[in-house]
Amino acid sequence: MRISTFWYCLKEGVKNICRNVWFSLASVATISACIFLFCLFFSIIVNIQHVVKNVEGTIGITVFFDEDLSEDAIRAIGAEIRDRQEVSDMEFTSAQEAWESMKKDYFAGHEELAEGFADDNPLAGSASYQIFLSDITFQDQMVEYLYQLPGVRQVNYSNSAAAGLSSFNAVIGILSLVIIGVLLAVSVFLISNTINVAASFRKNENEIMRYIGATNYMIRAPFVVEGIVIGLMGAFFPLVGMYFLYLESVGYLTAKFQILSRIFQFLPLSQIFPYMTVVAVLLGLGIGFFASFFTIRKHLKV
Amino acid sequence: MIEITNIYKTYDTGNKALRNINITIEDGEFVFIIGRSGSGKSTLLKLLLKEVEPTSGKIVVNDMNLGKMPRRYVPKYRRRLGVVFQDFRLLRDRNVYENVAFAQRVIGASPRKIRERVPSMLQMVGLSSKYKSYPQQLSGGEQQRVAIARALINRPEVLLADEPTGNLDHHNAIEIMKLLDKINRMGTTVVVVTHSNEIVNLMQRRVITMDRGCIVSDEEGGAAHEN
Repeated sequence: MRISTFWYCLKEGVKNICRNVWFSLASVATISACIFLFCLFFSIIVNIQHVVKNVEGTIGITVFFDEDLSEDAIRAIGAEIRDRQEVSDMEFTSAQEAWESMKKDYFAGHEELAEGFADDNPLAGSASYQIFLSDITFQDQMVEYLYQLPGVRQVNYSNSAAAGLSSFNAVIGILSLVIIGVLLAVSVFLISNTINVAASFRKNENEIMRYIGATNYMIRAPFVVEGIVIGLMGAFFPLVGMYFLYLESVGYLTAKFQILSRIFQFLPLSQIFPYMTVVAVLLGLGIGFFASFFTIRKHLKV
Repeated sequence: MIEITNIYKTYDTGNKALRNINITIEDGEFVFIIGRSGSGKSTLLKLLLKEVEPTSGKIVVNDMNLGKMPRRYVPKYRRRLGVVFQDFRLLRDRNVYENVAFAQRVIGASPRKIRERVPSMLQMVGLSSKYKSYPQQLSGGEQQRVAIARALINRPEVLLADEPTGNLDHHNAIEIMKLLDKINRMGTTVVVVTHSNEIVNLMQRRVITMDRGCIVSDEEGGAAHEN
């Protein structure tokens, strides 16, 4: 395509927007609302996932071994478990370490009571591994695997915590998908309406173009440009709004509810904004392009 | 050359618009197609523009068989035709220059080519001095001249004119016919569909008369006959 043709199509597309400015503004506003909500949910979801990931990291599976198993044999089993993909971290606690920890927790201030045990470790045979998973959804699978291992006596884990976190994640994900889906449908409908109005404004021009021998591509291009420009504008405004809203909200929440900061650490804007921008721009571009491309098809009869 | 052989056209409504039409128009000819409303003139023009398909028969324009032409080749085919309408169909938000340049722009012509061709085309139709005027500032005759310039800017081999003088007074109608005659003398085949017996009689060219979808006469240097 010639550069002059490209500029011509661009100019005509912008002209289309100016010709029915109210319809165009309505489309931009709807896409903006859709993308703004998307950005809002995006920020909430990534922050929740960030928290969930942090919490997940603290939920471990504890594995106890047969009492007659030597520490070397236990460490060999540990090495085998560590090779599993689902495992993100492991901590070994020997029987002696377990006893020392228990003494510290339960006999603090009454150490003489513990001395009664002398060298007879009541927790002998309690060497264990605490296993942390990369994703809490792997827990059941991991527990099943651990029970199959020879030498494993007992596996302790919290089923409800894993299930709760997983389902909370899923509910938030589904809810946001539904809301975004509905808004997407409304945006596509409105932008398609705008393109239809633009096409009826240009009916005469399109007819002349067809008689002159313009290709469908050439007839379609200004409308697609119009859709893309509306889509990009619809992405630009919410991104700018979201940028300041996120900064302000995080600043406000962190300052106002300092207690939150111990359990809830917000992701810095710099970490989520690039992804948010890419997705929002692609969303705007996609809505604009596809809605205009398919709407104008019915006006292309040669 | 235009060859129309055994063409029948029946619309979905059952209206038999054309019945067994056979016409051959040589390169460089000037032909009038006349007849009353509903005689099939406009349908014939639409077939030549490949706007509608015949029910049966064959149309060949400049060695291109329209029946076998895939839809994607239609734009290229139409670039070899120029079309002029009774209602001019100019773009009211663009001036004379832009209206003519439009025909070049939409087929992707280079800006240099546009700058070269548009002024010479406006000179040919006698509108050089009005290139900045908008359609609503021009008389009917001048608007039709712009439409002719736009139809000719891509140098078509055939010019199809559908009632080109239908909206014009006698003086302007004569002027437009003189312009079409000049274009024809420069080598372009001209096919004019008209109601105007006066124009037909004045030009003394080939006249094809249609009635109820059939050709009733085809006379060289002919004249229109009052029914």
